[in-house]
Amino acid sequence: MLKYTIRRLLLVIPTLFFVALITFALAKAAPGSPFDRNPDKPPKQEVIDRWNRFYGLDKPVHEQFIMYVINVAKLDFGLSVVRQRPVVDIIGQGFPVTAQLGIQALLLALAVALPLGVISALKQNTAIDYISLFFATVGTTIPSFVMAIFFIYFFALNLKLFPITGWGTPQHMVMPTVILAMGASAFLARITRASMLEAIRQDYVRTARSKGLREQVVVVSHVLKNALIPVATVVGPAAAGLITGSFIIETFFSVPGMGREYVRSILALDYPVIMGTTLLYAFFIIIANLSVDLVYGMLDPRIKVAK
Amino acid sequence: MATASTTQDRAAELNVLARKQRSLWGDAVYRLFRNKAAVAGLIVVFAAFLVAVFAPVLAPYDPIVQHSGAGQMEPLWTGSKYIDPRFVLGTDFIGRDILSRLIYASRISMIVGFVPTAIVFGLGVTVGLLAGFFGGWTDQLLMRFTDIIYAFPDFLFLIIIVASFRTSAFGKIMDGLLLIFVAIAVVGWVGVARLTRGQVLSLKEREFVEAARSVGATPVRLMWKHLLPNALAPLIVTAAFAVPGAILGEATLSFLGVGIVPPTASWGGMINEGFPLFSTNPWAVLMPALCISLVMLAFTFVGDGLRDALDPRMKT
Repeated sequence: MLKYTIRRLLLVIPTLFFVALITFALAKAAPGSPFDRNPDKPPKQEVIDRWNRFYGLDKPVHEQFIMYVINVAKLDFGLSVVRQRPVVDIIGQGFPVTAQLGIQALLLALAVALPLGVISALKQNTAIDYISLFFATVGTTIPSFVMAIFFIYFFALNLKLFPITGWGTPQHMVMPTVILAMGASAFLARITRASMLEAIRQDYVRTARSKGLREQVVVVSHVLKNALIPVATVVGPAAAGLITGSFIIETFFSVPGMGREYVRSILALDYPVIMGTTLLYAFFIIIANLSVDLVYGMLDPRIKVAK
Repeated sequence: MATASTTQDRAAELNVLARKQRSLWGDAVYRLFRNKAAVAGLIVVFAAFLVAVFAPVLAPYDPIVQHSGAGQMEPLWTGSKYIDPRFVLGTDFIGRDILSRLIYASRISMIVGFVPTAIVFGLGVTVGLLAGFFGGWTDQLLMRFTDIIYAFPDFLFLIIIVASFRTSAFGKIMDGLLLIFVAIAVVGWVGVARLTRGQVLSLKEREFVEAARSVGATPVRLMWKHLLPNALAPLIVTAAFAVPGAILGEATLSFLGVGIVPPTASWGGMINEGFPLFSTNPWAVLMPALCISLVMLAFTFVGDGLRDALDPRMKT
């Protein structure tokens, strides 16, 4: 197990290296430079040359990439070419906000999805089941920014319950958190239901019933315990989805997080910021998937981690 | 003749009722059409398809013509003083007819739904078949490559590709559609290749493949006539969900302002343009949002229906 963990952790590095390589290659292949974004007033060539020298863009491409990788290893992600600030500062400022939003949304999603999935499985093919399945389908299907529009229309414009955009007070956090949680909770509820239904039909459940255990005991200690293992494995991807999904929500609600910074950098072609945030996003997704694989092995003794 | 007699003929001979014979696919179609949600979804998809095809006939106005003095009109039923009988659903912030824009925008969504999905499957299935069948270094290369792509969040990858090239000449072809096609295809094909490969790996050890091989079937024939048809069910289901996925991708890109080049109408782009004035004229945003929701739900119902129809065991 320890050996497996170390091996998987070491694989994180080449994967991140290739993510950096792909992003870097795209950045270099893209036409134009970040310094001539305004077509009406192109800067003088000597100004561009000076900027290029300042950011090291006058060196050969492979040298630039090697320099970048060395700097990233030292946790130096360079300077934003648009805002003249270190990328680390920009990420450092936005990250706590994004993390808070993501954790809130994940907790909310779990709090809604688990009971919903369990109840619909126990009451399979009843009205409750159909209603929750319908909501799960809607929740996974409707894009978050479209859902956000409906929410703003009803809860902010018509009912005036919450402010439309911004961040800081609890009222500001309600809508972004709920909408971000919606997709994940619908997805988790579906998995929970399917996994419960599978567990209910197992022989050991029939045995537990036939030996006269109370229904509650059967459900909690026989069905639930086994049904939650597959659910645990998708919490990782769901969390990863929340992290990457948050940039749309952050842009929509003007939440000053890393995601909004990411979209801003994409629109301005601010490559140091794009690369820094992409690497960080990829890092979280890899870690989320990795932790799931490791936790899975611990939760379910039947699973033998492949050598 | 005994060989020509089907169960049906035999049943008629014996004067008993027999269940009508159906092929595997006939059975799947039958199950699909018994699923009400899937049928409703199919109807909506078909209607959206017709609207897209006949957009020039259906749209009352040119979608990019600005009607001066008639900006920010609300839909007729709101009964507010900002209505104009010429524009049933109102106009946007520079006086373009919203109904016409919605109708023309359906073209973008339909094309974006189907064209990249076709590319993704053409490429992905071919590579997956070859890698799974022959193994060796192509297989190794594919697996390592997908490992990397899997660490790259799909949408992040998509948005980086599109953002990087959208100012180039290539990014302006067909109002940015071609770039979106290519970007979706680049991001999506590896997943399909991996799925196909997995299917082929489990199928190629089965007896029917062994039997075909033993009577001298060529590799091409084995792949085309034996492996692919048996791997098709999960691929069709994946394709059914890839279509709304691609529509969502384009809508999100356009919503963020890096998708379809304005003034061409797309639902995501209409939301992007209307959002700053959402509180004054919410309808300009609500309408495209409703269209996206409806189409996405319809495709999902079809996808769910296909999944249940093709493999009842996969039902969740």
